[in-house]
Amino acid sequence: MPQRYDAIVIGGGHNGLVHAAYLARAGKRVLVLERRPRVGGAAVTEEIFPGFKFSVFSYVVSLLRPEIIRDLELPRHGLEILPLESTLTPLPNGDYLAMWSDHDQTRRELCRHSARDAEAYDEFGQLMHHMAMAVKPILGMVPPDPTSLSPGDLLGLARLAKHFRRLGERHFHALCKLMTMSSADFLDEWFEFDGLKATKAASGIIGTFLGPRSPGTAYVLLHHYMGEIDGAFRAWGFAKGGTGAISEAIAAAARARGTEIRTDAPVARVLVKGGRATGVALESGEEVAASVVVSGLDPRRTFLQLVEEPELPADFVGDIRRYKFRGSSGKVNLALAELPDFTCLPGVGPHLRGAISISPSLEYVERAYDDAKYGEFSRRPYLDIVIPSMIDPAMAPPGKHVMSIFVQYAPYYVNGGWDDAKREAFGDAVVDTVAQYAPNIRSAILGRQVLTPADIERILGLSEGNIFQGELSLHQLFFLRPAPAWAKYRTPVRGLYQCGAGTHPGGGIMGASGRLAALQVLKDWR
Amino acid sequence: MLKVTPFHPRTAPLAQGQAWRRWAGYVVASSYELLHDREYHAIRGAAALFDVSPLYKYVIGGRDAVRLLDRVVTRNVAKCRVGQVLYTPWCDADGKQIDDGTISRLTEGTFRMTAADPNLRWLHRNAAGLDVTIEDVSERTAALSLQGPNARTILQVAADFDLTGLKYFHLTSARIRSIPVTISRTGYTGDLGYEIWVDAAQAVPLWDALIAAGTPYGLTPAGMLALDVARIEAGLLLIEVDYISSHRAFIEAQKSSPFELGLGWTVALDKEQFNGKGALLGEQRRGAAWQFMGIEVDWDSLERLYAEVRLPPRLPTVAWRASVPIYADGGQVGYATSGGWSPLLKQYIALAHLESAFARPGTPVRMEITVEHRRKQAAARVAKTPFFNPERKRGGGGGGA
Ligand SMILES: Cc1cc2nc3c(=O)[nH]c(=O)nc-3n(C[C@H](O)[C@H](O)[C@H](O)COP(=O)(O)OP(=O)(O)OC[C@H]3O[C@@H](n4cnc5c(N)ncnc54)[C@H](O)[C@@H]3O)c2cc1C
Repeated sequence: MPQRYDAIVIGGGHNGLVHAAYLARAGKRVLVLERRPRVGGAAVTEEIFPGFKFSVFSYVVSLLRPEIIRDLELPRHGLEILPLESTLTPLPNGDYLAMWSDHDQTRRELCRHSARDAEAYDEFGQLMHHMAMAVKPILGMVPPDPTSLSPGDLLGLARLAKHFRRLGERHFHALCKLMTMSSADFLDEWFEFDGLKATKAASGIIGTFLGPRSPGTAYVLLHHYMGEIDGAFRAWGFAKGGTGAISEAIAAAARARGTEIRTDAPVARVLVKGGRATGVALESGEEVAASVVVSGLDPRRTFLQLVEEPELPADFVGDIRRYKFRGSSGKVNLALAELPDFTCLPGVGPHLRGAISISPSLEYVERAYDDAKYGEFSRRPYLDIVIPSMIDPAMAPPGKHVMSIFVQYAPYYVNGGWDDAKREAFGDAVVDTVAQYAPNIRSAILGRQVLTPADIERILGLSEGNIFQGELSLHQLFFLRPAPAWAKYRTPVRGLYQCGAGTHPGGGIMGASGRLAALQVLKDWR
Repeated sequence: MLKVTPFHPRTAPLAQGQAWRRWAGYVVASSYELLHDREYHAIRGAAALFDVSPLYKYVIGGRDAVRLLDRVVTRNVAKCRVGQVLYTPWCDADGKQIDDGTISRLTEGTFRMTAADPNLRWLHRNAAGLDVTIEDVSERTAALSLQGPNARTILQVAADFDLTGLKYFHLTSARIRSIPVTISRTGYTGDLGYEIWVDAAQAVPLWDALIAAGTPYGLTPAGMLALDVARIEAGLLLIEVDYISSHRAFIEAQKSSPFELGLGWTVALDKEQFNGKGALLGEQRRGAAWQFMGIEVDWDSLERLYAEVRLPPRLPTVAWRASVPIYADGGQVGYATSGGWSPLLKQYIALAHLESAFARPGTPVRMEITVEHRRKQAAARVAKTPFFNPERKRGGGGGGA
């Protein structure tokens, strides 16, 4: 088998592409093998209905690392992140809560609901700023192993310890609370207005099989503040051309540095000889050799499907088997003849350029979770809605619109299993929920795509449809992601690495896993 | 009282924060929305509409029009074809820059010149003995700048003219919803864009026509704050900010030559005679003492400086206009005059005057930044401008949406 490549990356998700681009930048010959006809994985734009383009799965960006944007010169390859400015929460009593990018405007709006909350909001923002500063270094580091005595790990741990000592008592305590409490409890300490708490808490449950009252959901609140301290400025943004444009820009950057990308090229097996990865076998039977093989798939696919079990230590296989997915989210994409007209804020306005959150109260969101706990999709789900065509008109024909609805909860293990009828019933529940607040939505729909966790698994290969390649819960983060002792992108098979969202720092369109893995691979190469 | 432009009846109601800026005795919007980000992103992502009416505009005609212009500016106007636009600086007798602007050849014998400063007197002084007419049409002619990737599509919807053939730095006359206009493929953003020149009396209907055509394509009225970020990304200099007109400078050191401003390419030394030619010839032979270059501030360095005081980097969200020292080796080697955070490139960029020895792209330098009241130096690199130069700026054809 002639060896033409230094490295093979399995899976052309955005992390795999970032990884490939960094290796190529260091002069390696890289081949990316993607199963689907297009790259991007969960970050893809597809024209589902003629003229209507959708960010089919992931729809907003927050944490895409600015250093990746600079290092790979992504703007030159077409990347542009547009600000997503506001969040509108329609309320059952016909009123609404709106949060704008202008601080004074938001305060005035909060005041309408609670003058105390308006004041608390600033203080809360300050605390979250400190918390974000506290965890930021973690996002950018290869996780040190706390049980290891190697100098590298000790140094990493010492640095972390010093960093946390500098936090000061008050902030350290706040951080501990944030790491352990439920988002509902944490927010109860700060605010009284239910609509505000529910909208903030909702962001803490995205991608998890947990409710706002489940412990451990509070720290995800932090994500919203991370963007503000690293030069992204805004918590949330929207990629011009949809999230697929991000993947395309990264792919272009990788190609410009000589990376070869093959689509429609599903990998069947990682070839292992004497405990060392030597290449891959495609489903077509073709074999390709390389010194290093890097998987961008989730840990279950990588270790339980692509690698023969005897190559792996039993403990490790057990850890991977126990690694939790429990997909809980669905997606509904609508092609619209006209904009939704919200009863609480009629007509076209800036509120349609931001997120629209169906999260009127904590109880509402917790009840949505109750349905899921007992194996049903939420009758009245939490929805995170954006209308990308309002921000980037090229997403839809002139005057027409596309709406992206992220839905929770839709459990992967639904009673009776997912089938076509259940998928449509789920889609109906979502549209009915939107129609409660924007009654014209039903007649505006020109096309509807409904994606259940089963669909997400089938299309993308994300196990159990978990959007983050495994739950972002504390026992699956940092040096525990995906398994203790194997959080440094290495695996028990020499020359086999992992670079997907199933590794630290985890899911979301961040690129951080792909980049950190590349730094590790390059370090080991020497 | 400051003047308002002919578009004021439309722009005034849009100014949510009443944020106005002065420009040549007029007021124009700094930003219409409370924050200027969306206006900025419209330039790079869809299309933005700017009121650029305060520009000074002169129509120059008569038998000796070419001779006059060729005497005044550094570019070769005789070579300018009808329908072509030249960007050009002009200099005093010492080869120091007075102003910069554009010259459009409207017909064989008439030109329109735009300028940042009033230049009527200067033109008249240079016209001595020539058969020319010089008319100041600044107030009579209103102008809009339509910039961004969707600019062509929008204009195509509104105009009766096929724009696909209109090349970069060329112009044409056309009608927009029956309003006679001149459209030039020019702008101050470094992106695909057009400027539309119209009789002031028709300004409001023109605005309405463009807004109607452009809204489905994301057309957004935008102000000077957004423009300032874009023009820095494009590496375009601004008089009174990046250089001082030699007519206004109090001392020699305040003056710059086109060579020192990165405009050497506009100096047609093969022309028979023009203001400053002798001095510029000499300077070309010697090599310019200064260069005008881009600066890219290193993020990690910035982050480290702020980490010392336990803050995340404070980034200028609005472009700054100030003189900021640039250092290399032991001492100061130049100064930046404009800078800011590029939301597109996720990079802190600046435009700077550098001693020629330190001006090669890639040269490591340091830029002064003030971190919590203390002066620090952030690592930076000299960079070529434009920082952002999309293919669509010059590219032709196609819908371009
Ligand atoms: C519905 C949904 C909504 C989301 N919303 C957001 C959001 O708004 N914002 C956000 O930041 N994040 C969001 N996420 C999460 C985010 O999109 C993912 O965490 C991220 O895209 C994961 O990227 P990745 O490269 O690690 O993996 P993936 O995107 O999963 O890439 C893996 C790739 O491997 C390919 N592959 C699978 N098997 C094989 C094989 N055998 N051979 C070759 N290739 C194979 C797949 O086709 C895929 O392209 C969302 C995810 C989903 C599913």
